Amino acid sequence: MTGDMLTPSAHEAGQVKSGRRVGDYVESLALVMAWVVVIVIFSILAPDTFPTLRNFQTMLGTQTTLVILAMAVLIPLTAGDYDISLAGTMTFAGMAVAVLNVHGGMPIGLAILVALTCGLLIGLINGFFSVYIGIDAFIVTLGTATILLGLTLWMSASQTISGVSQWLSDWIVVYRLGGISLEFYYGVVLCAVLWYIFDFTAIGRRILFVGRGANVARLSGIRVGRVRWGCFAAAGIIAAAAGVLYTGTAGASDPTSGQTFLLPAFAAAFLGSTAVTPGRFNPWGTLIAVYFLVTGITGLAIMGVQTWVQNVFYGVALVAALTASQIVKKRRERSDRL
Amino acid sequence: MDQSLVVRNMSMTFGGQRALDEVSMSIRRGEVHGLIGQNGCGKSTLIKILAGYHHPDPGGEVEIDGQPVKLPVPAATAAKLGMSFVHQDLGLLPTLTVLENFRAGAFSTESIWFINWKKERRRASDVFGRFEMSLNPRAKVVDLPALQRAQLAIVRALDNLAEYQAATGGHGGLLVLDEPTVFLPRANRERFFEVVHKSVTLGASVMFVSHDLDEALAVTDRITVLRDGRVVGTVVSGETSKEKLVEMIIGRRLESYQAARHEHSANDGQASVADLTGGSVEDVSFNVYQGEVLGLTGLEGSGFEEIPYLLFGSPPGKQGRLTVAGREYDLASMCPPTAIKAGMALVPADRQGSAGVGSLLVRDNVMLQVIGKYRPYRLDRRRYLRDSHTALNEYDVRPPQPMMDFQALSGGNQQKVVLAKWLLGTPKLLLVHEPTQGVDVGARAQLFDIITRAAEGGMSVVCATSDYEQLAGICSRVLVFRNGEIACQLLGEQITKDRVMEACYLGDAQPCPEGEG
Repeated sequence: MTGDMLTPSAHEAGQVKSGRRVGDYVESLALVMAWVVVIVIFSILAPDTFPTLRNFQTMLGTQTTLVILAMAVLIPLTAGDYDISLAGTMTFAGMAVAVLNVHGGMPIGLAILVALTCGLLIGLINGFFSVYIGIDAFIVTLGTATILLGLTLWMSASQTISGVSQWLSDWIVVYRLGGISLEFYYGVVLCAVLWYIFDFTAIGRRILFVGRGANVARLSGIRVGRVRWGCFAAAGIIAAAAGVLYTGTAGASDPTSGQTFLLPAFAAAFLGSTAVTPGRFNPWGTLIAVYFLVTGITGLAIMGVQTWVQNVFYGVALVAALTASQIVKKRRERSDRL
Repeated sequence: MDQSLVVRNMSMTFGGQRALDEVSMSIRRGEVHGLIGQNGCGKSTLIKILAGYHHPDPGGEVEIDGQPVKLPVPAATAAKLGMSFVHQDLGLLPTLTVLENFRAGAFSTESIWFINWKKERRRASDVFGRFEMSLNPRAKVVDLPALQRAQLAIVRALDNLAEYQAATGGHGGLLVLDEPTVFLPRANRERFFEVVHKSVTLGASVMFVSHDLDEALAVTDRITVLRDGRVVGTVVSGETSKEKLVEMIIGRRLESYQAARHEHSANDGQASVADLTGGSVEDVSFNVYQGEVLGLTGLEGSGFEEIPYLLFGSPPGKQGRLTVAGREYDLASMCPPTAIKAGMALVPADRQGSAGVGSLLVRDNVMLQVIGKYRPYRLDRRRYLRDSHTALNEYDVRPPQPMMDFQALSGGNQQKVVLAKWLLGTPKLLLVHEPTQGVDVGARAQLFDIITRAAEGGMSVVCATSDYEQLAGICSRVLVFRNGEIACQLLGEQITKDRVMEACYLGDAQPCPEGEG
């Protein structure tokens, strides 16, 4: 699926390929297999309601906000930085669209542009304090997240703002392709774009080196600060896009519920790092992780399980997947040493 | 009972190799006793046995203040037995306060439910006062100048002996100083030695390990020299000389140098460094000629090991100019991207931390410098993988496997990958620091070959290393550093392991061939 699995030209394929073992392929597909197992289990338990086209269309068409936010999280994470302000950026941008469109009477297209610009600015500010002032990104973004929450409450007077242009909702949830809301395809396209950048471009390689070995990157002539700053900025824009999408999905924006996306987004990024290219944050793995989680939660909901179980499911899935991949890694290191 | 420490017939075998061979020595009560010898002579091994890190071969004996010590020394009991250590890194936690560091040992061993900070502070101030140190117990260690840090480490070690002294009724104990002055500015060393002498007046004895012969002669009463795991002899510091000590260290008589002229003329200079100052390097100038492997060496802390990094702008120096291929650069504003554009390449000593990323693929590590040349689409990506494979084969990386993690390679093969990475970009000036550290013999020869071939291809190579054999093997010219300056230059025939070593220890004391700059 990723470039790392590309095989070279035929005559040296045998030699080069042996660097990856069968176990690696199994490991990279483990999450997909777990996903299939979950689908099979719920299909058996709830044969009338779970394995229906309608249900799958719903599951795929309702998680794009989380997918896009998780993609945003992925970028600074690959460069070695935790940006925990991204859910705040998302909520802020979503609210900005609503306020500008509904209260300010701004055309929706322009409002979206302003919201994305806000996302860019927030990313640049995060980057400035993390990279040039040198404060730990976790702390900087903790601060900006809190500021953004405050500003969002101020902007909305702590009210849900509804009545956002129908045009936005049409292009996000109302129009469908193959029975699935358009937003699903936005998430997949973004995922593909990030995959291309991470795996097929020089800048993707540089981000990876910055995240894994900043000192090596620096001594190799990579401008580490600039790369990290760029990652914050890109993540800000994408998080703002998630916010636009979130507002469009509901046709309204409320000032607080976006915050609940923060932990699931990180969970999806980490869970995704156990799949596809194990041990590395990657977009396809993250996408699969989101849909794996939503499948489990939808199944539990159909079974009539209370909502608190969903949180437990999220947490258990994350810890279990990372435990499994850690055990595999240690076992491999041991066998490498022998 | 006037012997503080007695070691008898101490041997230590590592995998069939004798690191210590029947070593016997003694330190008198109230004496500062030097322990010197080149790297690998066994001084560290001896200290580690005393500290309880190593289990010596049976048959050896250790006595402290006349009391036999059970061997191996049980871990973490050295202080109770009357030994306290100050290692090169001083073992201080920089973000904690002076007082917290001073009492670190006590906090961890005594069962304290309540710390009376006021009392602790007063006690610390008393101790510091006795040594005439102006240490503020509330200051953070990170804010202290190097001298005060070193003083704090010694006072703490002495304080750790206090318990032992209380138990034995008064005096005694041994303070082991393991190259404590390496990171200390030269101007501060006198003050530091005062503390050492002061500790002797409190009844302790001092074992002083050092590379620096001037220093050892200045501060010690007697000196024991180790060579190849054996005691060569013990001399009275006041009755010996630096030359005599060097003879004992390297095991043969000194010969006087023959000044030689280098055959290079000024206009085939590929690179020249002028007035470089930064770190512990002061006002250094030299040329590197095209096709030459220039060695830089010296004792630890002499500054030679900082040169490659200063030239590469990591970190940049305080001042200096560098000319590469006719273009001049200001070394105070140098940074790695500029250095790379200027045609430089740096192979750092820290292979896993600075040269390559262990958790990433060999392919990506080796191709990092040239990745910009590959356009991002599928076909080019195949070429990218194929080219990385070709590079691994060319530099004989084993296995030549682009899709494995960098960290899975052996040290020697990692180094080949790092060299390949830089040589793919065909630099004009290759800077290497300790290129064969932790590398097996076979790979070592191959690495030498890669470096030599690069030079023959017209590259200029600067190799900073304390491996004298390596210098003899690959360098056409060696600059020996001392106190941050170039002390002398060795050429061609002069570059033998022994001569380089002599020059490192004696440096300016011997007539040297013409220097540079």
